[in-house]
Amino acid sequence: MRDAGMIERAPLLNALTHVLMIAGLLIAAFPIYVVFIASTHDLPTVNRVPMPLWPGEHLVQNYTTVWNKSDFGAKMINSLIVATGVTIGKITLAALTAFSIVFFRYRARMLIFWAIFITLMLPLEVRIVPTYAVAADVAEPLRWLVWLFGFELGIAPINLLNTYTGLILPLVATATGTFLYRQFFLTIPDTLVEAARMDGAGPLRFFREHLLPLSRNNMAALATIMFVYAWNQYLWPLLITTDARMATATMQLQKIVPGPLFGQPPVWNEAMAATLLVMVPPLLVVIFMQGAFVRGLVATDK
Amino acid sequence: MDRRATFDNLWLAGALVAPQILLVIVFFYWPTMQALYWAFSTQPPFGGTNQWVGWQNFQQIFADAVYWNSVRVSIIFAALSTALSIGMALLLALMIDRQLAGHKAYRFVYFWPYAIAAPAVGLAFRFIFAPDAGFVSAINQLAPNLWNPALKGWDAMILIVIANSWKMMAYNFIFFLAALQSIPRGLIEAAAMDGSGVLRRARDIQIPLLAPTLFFLLVINITESFVDSFGIIDITTGGGPARATDLMVFKIYSDGFKGLDYSMAAAQSIVLMLLVIGLTFVQFRYVEKRVHYA
Repeated sequence: MRDAGMIERAPLLNALTHVLMIAGLLIAAFPIYVVFIASTHDLPTVNRVPMPLWPGEHLVQNYTTVWNKSDFGAKMINSLIVATGVTIGKITLAALTAFSIVFFRYRARMLIFWAIFITLMLPLEVRIVPTYAVAADVAEPLRWLVWLFGFELGIAPINLLNTYTGLILPLVATATGTFLYRQFFLTIPDTLVEAARMDGAGPLRFFREHLLPLSRNNMAALATIMFVYAWNQYLWPLLITTDARMATATMQLQKIVPGPLFGQPPVWNEAMAATLLVMVPPLLVVIFMQGAFVRGLVATDK
Repeated sequence: MDRRATFDNLWLAGALVAPQILLVIVFFYWPTMQALYWAFSTQPPFGGTNQWVGWQNFQQIFADAVYWNSVRVSIIFAALSTALSIGMALLLALMIDRQLAGHKAYRFVYFWPYAIAAPAVGLAFRFIFAPDAGFVSAINQLAPNLWNPALKGWDAMILIVIANSWKMMAYNFIFFLAALQSIPRGLIEAAAMDGSGVLRRARDIQIPLLAPTLFFLLVINITESFVDSFGIIDITTGGGPARATDLMVFKIYSDGFKGLDYSMAAAQSIVLMLLVIGLTFVQFRYVEKRVHYA
């Protein structure tokens, strides 16, 4: 107890601090509470201004309607597949890349590190149109790569639109994850590597038996922030899925409400039920993995 | 990065980095090259290969009032939401750091907004701020259309600024609190013994020591508001009314995928990319000079 331990009287300031903390709590929680309350009322009640702040009796009905009308279960499963795939992919690639550039000695490793690090400056949103073109035929850059090495190869077009691969693969490369793993691997003492080699362990065994168990905290931190990041993806799935069977829960929100602000208002009670369904999984991750989540955020610094 | 004990199986080293390098080339560098090519060429109206046109596409967007409008609203959005979210987060972090009763419970909830997807945040605030439902439109009982984000540009801007700030406030709070907690306790105690009160300590010790974090968050918030605002805008205002919330990233999307004008979208992408690169450089320079107090 920092202040309390300091035998310091500031009753007025303490009262003000409590008021501000409660105000902060209201600001942080009110929108989430409103979403929940709105999802428990029938349509006339939810459209009342201002909406009542106590729960209604139509919770089950609203959620059943949303769940069945837009096949939300399937969308939640798609989101779960994508989020899990992206998380596992990012952790695997980050660990393997960092292992290579920290524990092997070769000239190109700094070049490789920077080639990955620079992608931080190329967020999906600014290269969205050409990335979509790549997803429509991923063989195009491959043909070009092969040509660069002096070969001419007819690779048949590979279309990733409306596939899990297309939803996952473009999001898997990770500069922050690689950076985090590199920082962690750099703290591993040389003596550990030497001891492992003395025991006759090759690089892969060293990776599996020493590095992976040691990096468990790192992995948890990375996994929580990456899962939340991947579940919350919106623009990318919106673009590359036209087949309703491949839609994710987050992008489904756009399908549930009519166009932006103008024209007819959304069916608010159902829209809010869908919103809550989309909110809950990442919120649970943050609630149960709070420590790892905060550590991951602060350590990667984006 | 030099260590004495390393492995020397170069084939293995290459195989370990190959998957990520391949993904980076295919999904990052190739599309960036493609965007550059499109930005300097146009597609003939009847199809065929692109024709090189030099700076023409850039001249065209810079001569377009609609483009400058998107730049203007992007800057307004960035400035307002950065100021609001950083200000709120700093205040809350200073309060929580006083560690009065219950601070852990409050802190716990303050993290939540950052976990929520942008379109879900957008939809929640679209309801709260709806012109004909929710809460804020209650003031319309005083005078009709006092609040109407569907018709008034500034109302729509306020709506997306508040929604974005709500989410970013949680992110900024996490960083401010981490920075405050890394200030040595002895420093604060010594100041208290010297008779400086809570406010004096905040002003003379804590806030100056937070300067690096503050700077880092400024850059991150501006970058995020340029890049990451798509989800909120798409589901609330759709760039309207009358382009009042047509941010740069949203305009790229609508020109590219609705207007199917790849060259114009690509030229705008390049401009936004340069902005992000510039901001990231500023951030890197800061990271190098970063001070740790722990």
